[in-house]
Amino acid sequence: MTEASHTKKKHHCTCHSGEASPMHPRPFKVVKIWKELSDTFSMSLVPEDGQPIAFAPGQFNMLYVFGVGEVPISVSGDPTDLSKLVHTTRAVGNVSRALDALKEGMSVGVRGPFGTVWPLDVAEGKDLVFVAGGIGLAPLRPVIYQAMADRHKYRNLAILYGARTPEDILFDKELQRWKARFDIDVQVTVDRSTGDWAGRVGLVTKLVECGGFDPTNTVAYTCGPEVMMLHVVDSLHKRGVPHERIYLSMERNMKCGVGFCGHCQWGTSFVCRDGPVFRFDTIADDLKVREL
Amino acid sequence: MDEAGLASLITLLTKVGYQPIGPKVRDGAIVYEEIDSLADLPVGFADEQEGGKYRLVAGTKGSFFEYLVGPTSWKRYLFPPTHKLWSAEQKGKGFEIDKTKAEAPAYAFIGVRSCELNAMKIQDKVFGFGREDHEGAGIFSDPNYVARRSKALIIAVNCSRAGKTCFCTSMGGDPHVKEDQGFDLALTEFAPQQTHEFMVEVGSERGRLILELLPYRAVTSHDTDRAASQARKARGEMGRKMPPDIKDVLKRNLDHKRWDDVANRCLSCANCTMVCPTCFCSTVQDSTDLKGEKTERTRTWDSCFSVDFSYIHGGAIRPETKSRYRQWMTHKLSNWYEQYGSSGCVGCGRCITWCPVGIDITEEARVIKSTGK
Repeated sequence: MTEASHTKKKHHCTCHSGEASPMHPRPFKVVKIWKELSDTFSMSLVPEDGQPIAFAPGQFNMLYVFGVGEVPISVSGDPTDLSKLVHTTRAVGNVSRALDALKEGMSVGVRGPFGTVWPLDVAEGKDLVFVAGGIGLAPLRPVIYQAMADRHKYRNLAILYGARTPEDILFDKELQRWKARFDIDVQVTVDRSTGDWAGRVGLVTKLVECGGFDPTNTVAYTCGPEVMMLHVVDSLHKRGVPHERIYLSMERNMKCGVGFCGHCQWGTSFVCRDGPVFRFDTIADDLKVREL
Repeated sequence: MDEAGLASLITLLTKVGYQPIGPKVRDGAIVYEEIDSLADLPVGFADEQEGGKYRLVAGTKGSFFEYLVGPTSWKRYLFPPTHKLWSAEQKGKGFEIDKTKAEAPAYAFIGVRSCELNAMKIQDKVFGFGREDHEGAGIFSDPNYVARRSKALIIAVNCSRAGKTCFCTSMGGDPHVKEDQGFDLALTEFAPQQTHEFMVEVGSERGRLILELLPYRAVTSHDTDRAASQARKARGEMGRKMPPDIKDVLKRNLDHKRWDDVANRCLSCANCTMVCPTCFCSTVQDSTDLKGEKTERTRTWDSCFSVDFSYIHGGAIRPETKSRYRQWMTHKLSNWYEQYGSSGCVGCGRCITWCPVGIDITEEARVIKSTGK
């Protein structure tokens, strides 16, 4: 795999469901909805028409609550399990709060999946590092599942995760389970310690500085607040990971998901279509411009 | 073809099922609306345009097409300002989406200018007209636009003059249409001195079939010379000019201080984006009945000049007018090339004329070029 063959926009999945128009939501049934953190919840959805949606790690769906509206939410579930669609959401706005208020058995509209994917083909035979901050772990979880499903294809796997406080650690039990495995390195840090936290305190960049991976033979995937990702890229780069091997997921106002409405425009990109996953070197200049 | 020929063209188009849309005078401007006959056309009008100024004035007596482009553009009919996408109804714990689409209207556009043909080609790329869908690559086409566009019949009109805000020739256009611009018939109006005639050029097979049903005489070399000299005159009258290398100039000057300067004048009113024939941004509105049982999603035009356009949990990405103006101008003149392979500007000058404070995109471009990197 040559670096040059990987340009900005070419990591798409070839699996869009056969919806006649990308503008029409498909009804899905909420089969399970559960609290992850004080302000964060996950829901498991099955299609009412029985036609499963195949997605690739990194892609997102537009989730619609009847009579309320639509929000873009990354898939956080397992891409190898087509029986259900899992999304993890922070209830911060009108629609995400309405999603949170849904009960099992109720319906959600789904348009998607949209956007580019975390590429794993470029990582075969290499170390993989996933660096997440806060809810940024949710969009990364599908690629972690995928990498673990094909564990033999990669060398070291490292998950470096930073949360605000111990109470804000997303997928805590799952991280513990992964940590107990011998074939994956899980490091968690918090900005601020509370209660009986005996783990690390500090920024996630600290984990990057001492993480166990070979920088010259690593592919890194990062997701979190924009400023966090920039620092993560910096730390990775300082350790020797080239910009061409760092992928990040951008967030903009996604409305239509298919590049018509213009809201997510960012420089020459439509984040909904050319992103959300970008290879860092292709957007490095855009990231430097304020209010682009 | 004479006036009677044009009259029978409109009648014929109506008879075979087209809804003719053409120029009309309304509220002191020429707008594109449904027309029934020649009597609806703006007879004897011309216009004066400048930055922030538009006035209808008396033109050559009896002429139909001496005016230049007004505040409406054909995008209003291909990509309507409000359009219902779907409706839904509550059913038990769930809901059902009604996807029934209203059949797309068949429009006959009468009086489409060369710059407007170019604008349609540009929106074709945005909405995927004439392109196979590549869903796997995330590339979709807009079924509503495609349906309207594929039905639309286009009667173009060549410009016999250019206005003070016109600059199509800087954007690769010309006041006289070319065969590959995608029209069915193109008219060159010979203003009524003794006789009022229209030279007709055929741009499609459909256009040729229509022409065969109309009364016309053969074109002479005198006619073609006259048309050529009108086009020459219009080319010479272009009131504005765009620097040819503006695409790269803007890329180098995202931090130019001129953005602050223009932000001090810009009202962020979005007029430029509403009158622009290529601007395509939209938003959706869901409205639900009082019982909460029925809901409807409507797509409406939106503008990158509104603050909430870029809103994302807790704030806008572009809170300042400066960054919003920069987004509009750099998108139109620079980033459009990477996205769609051409400039997003056709040089029609509407954004200059209809800016309430007369901000001139060509002037901003010129200043950034002459004082920037």
